[in-house]
Amino acid sequence: MARSETNLAARGYTFSELMVAAAAREIADGELVFVGMRLPMLAFLVARRTHAPGAVGLFENGVLRETPSTELLYTMGDPSNLRGATQCGAMLDVMGLLQQGRVDVGFLGAAEVDRFGNLNTTWGFRNKEMQRLPGSGGACDIACLARRTVVLLAHDRARLCDRVGHITSPGFGTGEGWRRVQGLPAASGPSAIITTLAVLRFGHDGEAYLASVHPGVSVEEVLANTGWTLRVADELMETSPPSDEELRVMRELDPHHFWTR
Amino acid sequence: MATESKLLTMHDAIARHVPSGSMVLLGAQLEQMIPFAAGHELIRQSRRDLTLVGPISDILFDQMIGAGCVARVMAAWVGNVSAGVGYCFRRAVERSVPRRLEMVDYSNFTMALALHAGALGVPFLPTYATLGSDLLKKNGNLREFSSPVSEEKLVAVRALRPDVAILHVQRSDAQGNAHVWGSLGVAMDGARAARKVILVAEEIVEPSVIASDPNRTVVPGFLVAAVVHEPGGAHPSPVQGYYGRDHAFFAEYHEQTRRLEDFEDWLARWVVQTTDRSDYGKQLGPGRMANLAVKVHAFSAPADFGY
Repeated sequence: MARSETNLAARGYTFSELMVAAAAREIADGELVFVGMRLPMLAFLVARRTHAPGAVGLFENGVLRETPSTELLYTMGDPSNLRGATQCGAMLDVMGLLQQGRVDVGFLGAAEVDRFGNLNTTWGFRNKEMQRLPGSGGACDIACLARRTVVLLAHDRARLCDRVGHITSPGFGTGEGWRRVQGLPAASGPSAIITTLAVLRFGHDGEAYLASVHPGVSVEEVLANTGWTLRVADELMETSPPSDEELRVMRELDPHHFWTR
Repeated sequence: MATESKLLTMHDAIARHVPSGSMVLLGAQLEQMIPFAAGHELIRQSRRDLTLVGPISDILFDQMIGAGCVARVMAAWVGNVSAGVGYCFRRAVERSVPRRLEMVDYSNFTMALALHAGALGVPFLPTYATLGSDLLKKNGNLREFSSPVSEEKLVAVRALRPDVAILHVQRSDAQGNAHVWGSLGVAMDGARAARKVILVAEEIVEPSVIASDPNRTVVPGFLVAAVVHEPGGAHPSPVQGYYGRDHAFFAEYHEQTRRLEDFEDWLARWVVQTTDRSDYGKQLGPGRMANLAVKVHAFSAPADFGY
C-alpha cells in the first residue's frame, strides 16, 4: 500500500477523501439516503452541498434531515444533528420507509466483505483467534431492504475475502437468484464496494468485479490485495479524484481530518 | 387518579424496582440520553444476572458487563460508538471474563419491532429484515414463516416485555408524565412494552408544563413506577437542550479499559468509589459539565393549543 499512499499524498488528497468523494457520487439528487456514520455521513454531506442538494438523509435514531449539520458529527445522536432536522421521529418511522422500498441507497462499513458482497461485522479473526465485534446495528436491515447498498472499507486481502465467516448483512449470498430464494425484496442488494484502492461493482451473477482503480493504483496491486480471483471490467476506468469543490466541503466539515486521516 | 409523587432517589428507585435477574431496557434513545447514572447505581448495588435489552447502549452495556452484572445481552450493537470496540464485551464473549455472557444478536429494526410487538400486546410482528442473514439463524427470537396472506417468506420477531425500562428524559412531572425531544429511538415502544418504567429527569416540572404541549409527551405517568431527579445523569451521552456529548470521555474510556486491570481501576474511580451522582460530578470536576453546556439556545416556535 505504501506506493499508492505516496502517490496520493503527492496528489493532494488522502485515501479517505477519495473514498468520500466516490461515495458522495453514488447519491443522486432527490434520493432518500440511509446515511450511517463516519465516512458515509461525510459523503452524504458532500453530496448535499455539491451535486445532490435535494437528497434527504435518514438516520436510525429516527432523524430525517434535508440540510447538513453545521458541525462535525461523532455520532448520529449528536445535538448538532438534531437541531435543524426536518423530523425527529422514532426508529420505526425510518425503518418503515426502508422496508417499503423508498430508501434509494444505504451506506455500510464492514470488517469483511466477500465476492458476493456479503458483510461481516460480528466476528473478526486475528492470529487465528475469534474476536467479537460490535455487531449489526442497522447494517443488516439496510443490506436487506435498501434499493442499493454501498460498502466502504480499507482494501486488504484479509478483509476482502472469498467467503465471510459470518453473514451479518446479506449481499448476493452465493450468487444469482440467492436473494430471491431468501425472500428479500426484488429491488435491493449491493451496488458498489468502495475501498482505499478501487471501486468494485456487481455483475448480473451477483459476483463483484473491478470497475475502477484509484489514480496511481495498479490493477495488479488491487488483485494482490483481494482474497479471491477478482474479475476485471472490460472497460476498466480510473476513479475520478475528488474535485476542488468536494475537497473544500469535506475539509470545512472535517477540518482536523478526524474521519478522513 | 392517584396524584402522589413518585419522586425517589436513584438509590431507592433501583433498590425497589430492579432486582437481580431482571430484564432491563437501557439506551432507548440510542446515542442520546443513555441513563448512565442508573446503570452505575445498578453496579453499586451489585445486581447480578441481568438481561440487558436495547438497540445500542454505547459504553454503558460495556461497563455493566465488565462489572459482572450481566448474564445476557439482547442488542443490535455493543461497543463504543465514536471509538470502536467495547473491551469488556469482548472479554466476556471471548473468554467469559468476568463471567459467561450470552449474546443474542438483533438488528436495530428487529429490536424496534420486538419492543413494538410488546407495546401492541401481540406475540410477534413480521418483517423482511434479517432474511438470508446469520442473525436469523442464530437468534431464536427471529423465526422464518410463510405469510398467511401472500406467497412470501417473512421473519416473525418475537415480542419482548422487559421487566423495567429506564429512560432518561428532559422533563417530567412528579407523577412521571414526561416530555422527550430530539432523539426518540425506541423510547415510546420501550416504555409501553416494559412492565415498569423508571424515569431519570433533568428537570421536574409542574403538570401544567406537560399539559401545555401534549404532543411532546412520550411517557404517560400511569406507566411509571419511579421518577428520579438527576441533572447530568446521562453524561457522557448528550441530552438535547441541556448538554452535549463528552466525546473525550468516550475516547478516554476506550484507552483506559483495554486491559482488565485498567478497567477495574476505571470502574473503581468512576462508579464503585463514588457514592452517588453528585460525587461523580466532583470526579468530573466543575469545568467539564460547564464546557458541555448549551452554547447557543435554539427554542422551537410555540404551538398554539388554543381554541
